[in-house]
Amino acid sequence: MIYLDYQATTPLAPEAREAMLHWLGGPGSDGFANPHSPYRAGRAAAAAIEVARDQVAALLPPGGRVIFTSGATEALNLAIRGCDAGALAVSAIEHAAVLDTARALDPALTLLPVDRDGLVAADVVIPAGTGLVAVMQVNNEIGTVQPISAIAARAHAIGALVLCDAVQGAGKLAMPDGADLIAISAHKLYGPKGIGALWVRDGVTLDAQITGGGQEAGLRSGTLSPALAAGFGAAAHLCTTLWESDAEHVDRLWIQARTAFAGWALNGSATARWHGNLNVRLDGLDAARLMSECRTVAISAGSACASGSGRTSHVLRALGLSDKEAKNALRIGFGRYTGTEELDEAMAAITAAARAQGLPA
Amino acid sequence: MPAPITYLDHAATTPLLPAAQAAMAHGFAIWANPSSPHRAGRAARAALEDARARIAAALGWTGEVILTSGASEALAIAITRARRPVSAVSTVEHEAVLRHTGPALRLAVDQVGQVILPDPAVLGGLVAIQHVNNETGVIQPIDGIYEQVRAAGGVLLADAAQSAGKLPLPPADLIAISAHKFGGPAGTGALLVRDWALLNPGGGQERGYRGGTENLPGVLAMAAALEQGHDWMETAAAMRARLDAGVVAAGGQVIAADGPRIATIGAIRAPGLAANAQLIRLDAMGIAVSAGSACSSGSLRTSHVLTAMAVDGADTVIRVSIGRETTAADIDRFIAAWAGLVAGTRR
Repeated sequence: MIYLDYQATTPLAPEAREAMLHWLGGPGSDGFANPHSPYRAGRAAAAAIEVARDQVAALLPPGGRVIFTSGATEALNLAIRGCDAGALAVSAIEHAAVLDTARALDPALTLLPVDRDGLVAADVVIPAGTGLVAVMQVNNEIGTVQPISAIAARAHAIGALVLCDAVQGAGKLAMPDGADLIAISAHKLYGPKGIGALWVRDGVTLDAQITGGGQEAGLRSGTLSPALAAGFGAAAHLCTTLWESDAEHVDRLWIQARTAFAGWALNGSATARWHGNLNVRLDGLDAARLMSECRTVAISAGSACASGSGRTSHVLRALGLSDKEAKNALRIGFGRYTGTEELDEAMAAITAAARAQGLPA
Repeated sequence: MPAPITYLDHAATTPLLPAAQAAMAHGFAIWANPSSPHRAGRAARAALEDARARIAAALGWTGEVILTSGASEALAIAITRARRPVSAVSTVEHEAVLRHTGPALRLAVDQVGQVILPDPAVLGGLVAIQHVNNETGVIQPIDGIYEQVRAAGGVLLADAAQSAGKLPLPPADLIAISAHKFGGPAGTGALLVRDWALLNPGGGQERGYRGGTENLPGVLAMAAALEQGHDWMETAAAMRARLDAGVVAAGGQVIAADGPRIATIGAIRAPGLAANAQLIRLDAMGIAVSAGSACSSGSLRTSHVLTAMAVDGADTVIRVSIGRETTAADIDRFIAAWAGLVAGTRR
C-alpha cells in the first residue's frame, strides 16, 4: 500500500518509537513508574516528561507553557471551554474539533469567511465583543496557510484572545506570532497517537476540563504517559532538526504531483499553502468510487473524521464549490517518508482510475 | 541505570505486561488513522473494534465501551455528560470525582471506610461511588448501593480504576477504568456505559461520545492486559496477609484491617513517624511505596480518605500495593526495612 494521507496521520518515526520503548517497561524494569510518584523511578519518569516538554516547546513560541493532553481535540476543548470567552468567532474552515465545540458554547458565533483560495482575509472584520477568535494555521483538508499574525493583531485590538489550531503546521512551519493558545498533536508530526499539547501564553488563565489529581499545573488531570510524552518529544526534536530538509523534500514531491495532475483543478491557494497537501478535483469525478477502486493507494476526500459520513466537506463549500464539485475532490498528502517512485506509481494508479471513469485525467 | 527497586506501588501504576508490550508493538505497526476510509485505515478500525470487543468480553461487560485517555477523562465524561445531575458522591472518592462534583451531597463513610447508606431521597440523580478505594483498598458494598440507587431511580457511576482487571466489575450503570492500573499502558482507559441514553453526546469519534484520534497501540495493549486474567489475586492475598502480619509484629497498624479490602492494597501506619519521612528513607533503600495517591504525593495535604475514616495519625500512614509479580521476598524486604524505621523511632 502506498500511503498518501499524511493529514489523517503520519507514520511513527523510528526515533520516536525507540524513545518510547524504555518507558514501556515491564516487571523488574525501571521504565514504568508513575511520573507523579515521589521516589526515584517516579522522578526519573517525571524528568523524562520534562525533557519531552522542552522538546515540544522548541516547536512553539517563547513566553508560554506546554500542557500535555491526550491529543489536539482535547487541547482545543480545553482552550475553548476553559477560557470562558463568551462570544466566539471562528473561521469557516476550522476542524470539527473547533467548530462543533464553539457552536456548542456559542450558537450565535461568528463564522469568519474564506475566499475562493481558502484564505481568511488579513483584515477580516471581527465583531466587537468577541472574546475568542479561533483560526487554524494550516487547513487539514486543503493545506492553506492563514495570515494568523495579522488576524491576531486585529483580535487583540478588540480585546479578544486568539486560539490557533496548529495541528497540521507544527513541526513543519514556524508557529505564527500572536496566538495566545496553540493546539498541536503528536501523531501528525511523526509521533504517537494519544498525546498532544496546548501551548498557553504566559498570563492567560484557563479552567481545567478534566479535574482530579491536579497534574499539568492543575489544568489537565490524569496520569501522564512517560512513553507517549517521550515519543512526542523525540518526534518534535526530529522535526526541529529536519524541518528544512522535510520542507525541501515535500516541495519536490509537490512539483512532481502537480505535474502529474496538470489537468486537475487545485482546491485552495497554490502558494499560501503547506505543499504536503494536494487537494484536487476533476469535473465529473466520482471521488468515492475512485478511492474504492485504487485499493493500493491510501488517499482521502477530506478529513478522516468525516470520512464515510456522506456529508459534503464544509471546507470545500466555504471555498464556494457546489456539492457536486466537492464530491469531485481528492486529498493527497505526503511527507518525510514518501518516496518519489511510490508517488509516481500512485499518481499513475489514480490517473488510470479517473480515465476508467471516462475522464480526461 | 539505577539498581532494581522493590516496587510496591502498584496502585499508582503497574509494569507493562509482556503481552501488553507485544500488543503495543503490533499497534505501532498499524499506525493508520482508524477513521480513514482507505484499506490501512479500515485495518486499524478493525483492530480497534476487535480490541473493544475483547475488552468488554474480558471484563464480562455487555454494554457499550467508550475508549478514553484514562480514568480521569472517563470520569469527566460520565459526570459532565450524564443526563442526570450529580446528587451524591462518597467522601472517599478520588479527586477526579470530587473536583467535578462541587455542590453534590457527600456521603459519609464508617470507620472501615465503607459508605453509610443515606436516605434514598438523595440517590435519585447520578451517584458516584468508587468500587475500591485507591488509598486503603476498602471495597464498597456496591451491590447494595446499586439496588438502592436503582430503586430511587438514580444512575450509579463506579470508579473501578483500582479494581478492574482484578475483581469482577461492580454492578453499575457507568464504570471508569484505567489500563495502567492492570498491566496496560498509561494514557488509555475506558468509560463503560450500560446504555447510550444515559449520556449526552459530544465529540466526533466513539459513536459521537468522545472526540480525538484513538490511541490504537494503547487500546490493543489494554485488551491484552485484561486478557491475562486475575488468577494471581490469591497469591496477592497471601502477600498482603504476610504484609499485615509483618506490620503488626513490627508494632504498626493496618488501616481498615477488619474491612473488606482488595488484596493488592494495604495502608499501614507507623505511629510517630511521618509518612514523608518513611518514604524518603525507604526510597533511599530502593523501596518504592507511597503516601496516599501518587497524584497528591509531595503535597503534604492530609489524606481526605483517612480523615473521613477518622483515622488517628493520618499523616503517619503509607500505602503498600502489591502486583502480579510481587514475591514474598519483596514483602520481607519491605518489612525488614520498615520495621527498622519503626524501631528507630522508639530508641
